[in-house]
Amino acid sequence: MKKELPEHFRAYRHVWVFVEYEHGAIHPVSLELLGEGRKLADKLGVELAGMLLGSDRAALAEATGQVFEYGADLVYMVADPVLEHYRNEPFTRAVTDLVNTYQPEILLLGATVLGRDLAGAVATTLLTGLTADCTELAIDDERSLAATRPTFGGSLLCTIHTLNYRPQMATVRPRVLPMPPRQPGRLGRVVERALDLREDDIVTKVLRFLPDRDSQKSELAYADIVVAGGLGMRSPENLQLVRALADVLGGEWGGSRPLVQKGWMTADRQIGQTGKTIRPKLYIAAGISGAIQHRVGVEGADLIVAINTDPNAPIFDFAHLGVVADATEILPVLTEAFRKRLSVNRLAG
Amino acid sequence: MHIVVCIKQVPDSAQIRVHPVTNTIMRQGVPTILNPYDLFALEAALRLRDQIGAEVSVLTMGPPMAEDTLRKALGFGADRAVLLTDRAFAGSDTLATSFALAQAIRRMGEEWGEPAIVFTGKQTIDGDTAQVGPGIARRLGLNQVTYVSAVTDIDPAAGTIALQRRAEGGVQEITTRLPALITMLEASNEVRRGSLPEALRAARAKVEVWNAAQAGITDMMKCGLRGSPTVVKRVFAPPARAVSAEKIDTTAGENSDIAEALIGQIYARQPALEGELLRMAAGY
Repeated sequence: MKKELPEHFRAYRHVWVFVEYEHGAIHPVSLELLGEGRKLADKLGVELAGMLLGSDRAALAEATGQVFEYGADLVYMVADPVLEHYRNEPFTRAVTDLVNTYQPEILLLGATVLGRDLAGAVATTLLTGLTADCTELAIDDERSLAATRPTFGGSLLCTIHTLNYRPQMATVRPRVLPMPPRQPGRLGRVVERALDLREDDIVTKVLRFLPDRDSQKSELAYADIVVAGGLGMRSPENLQLVRALADVLGGEWGGSRPLVQKGWMTADRQIGQTGKTIRPKLYIAAGISGAIQHRVGVEGADLIVAINTDPNAPIFDFAHLGVVADATEILPVLTEAFRKRLSVNRLAG
Repeated sequence: MHIVVCIKQVPDSAQIRVHPVTNTIMRQGVPTILNPYDLFALEAALRLRDQIGAEVSVLTMGPPMAEDTLRKALGFGADRAVLLTDRAFAGSDTLATSFALAQAIRRMGEEWGEPAIVFTGKQTIDGDTAQVGPGIARRLGLNQVTYVSAVTDIDPAAGTIALQRRAEGGVQEITTRLPALITMLEASNEVRRGSLPEALRAARAKVEVWNAAQAGITDMMKCGLRGSPTVVKRVFAPPARAVSAEKIDTTAGENSDIAEALIGQIYARQPALEGELLRMAAGY
């Protein structure tokens, strides 16, 4: 399978991260990727660069500071009015233009709706390999990116390489990688590049952007405490027990994939490989068996508590604490016990 | 107007089991289903047909048995079905898959009129990559709109379409020009039940079966394993944690005792948590 890397790809060097910048802020997944990209670049002995695209030149210039403080050596910046709202066409053009000009060997993007929309178009334009939703990235002995992701509906893991094409592209979901520490004062260089595209040339127009009203929806991935239910909750009504515990703990609630498929809850509450990846301080899984696709979505939690009637459920293989019991019976009691402990203090305090 | 819907036959992932000893996938007897996300794409196409009149073709690439999935789509009301099947496609990654599908769509365009819209689901449940739709769009020069939650307006004469799509932190209302490739979000519509006459028609309908040559594919270097820049080097089951979960004793005492024991263990393992919870409860 392994051939020599074609001559024209040998000049491709350095690790790049597409930095998702929208509505005046960098998406946290981009900072997580900068942390991982830094490790890959150090292993390869090359530089780490961020790509920063947007419409407001001054705001972008300010945001470069954050990109440097999270580990980048340089930033490729494209400021143009056509990059105001995310649209596939101008973003794909800007990214492919930068890649063809400066030739990175690795390009990482967040597996957000923006990143996935962009990555597929960029990889096809460049005719290179793209591995989606990686859970682990590494450099092998031959300087090749080893991208590990779940496969077969999340029942196994596979490691994928892009051997004879460059750049090697991969996306990673938010919260799969840890947030790297910020290094205040860390500096880097900015390379600015113009985009040769006029608004009249772009056929897709964004008429309006309607921000989500239920802001909580997007907070699940970054919540400190998460309680989730699975089929072991036995009915959609019983999910109320999951929500009640989450409420008492000031956390978020969610569920496993089968609950979405059964219509018990909406997809934005799904936790796992195809839903949200979480890294809370405390994760309580109630009536969830723990298939691999769920496991990869919660493994980053500091403490995993599993409640399940089946002592052989796979979730007990990766949970830290287990209760072999019916979650629909334990949850209300647990909620009450927490409520008592926490309200006693409120009176005392 | 011609609309193409790309669909895929996928294993019912809820049924996949891994052999406990050999760690290999137990494929035997795993039932296949029409990728659930594709139903929303098919329904969006059928609604446009109801609204403005169109012909809806469904296309799938896969083994000969994927014909079942096409018949299911015909049963929902699709007008025709094309099965793209050839051993040369074996081992295709998303880049090679989008090449083959794009070629087949070109060929369908020659046969039944250039499609104004190509619909796909937002992703499949087996690969979960969401890459093939954008790949087809790029290869055919279609305007790409992913994660669409609603088709709000279409003007075939002007060649424009208005859509709502999921974006980071909100919804974008956009317009674009046809031809377009649209990937549909789950729950973006309610999928119709096929009628009895349609079910009968589907059972009798002819499914067009194309091999690579019949789809107009001549460059076999772009197909299958050879046309795939990504290489799977290793497939494995994730290692178990060295120590499995410490189980709370459930044999002694009431549920409330179990709850107290559990809370004690949680605080013991995450000492900072108790203080944080207390501060949260006190409204800090």
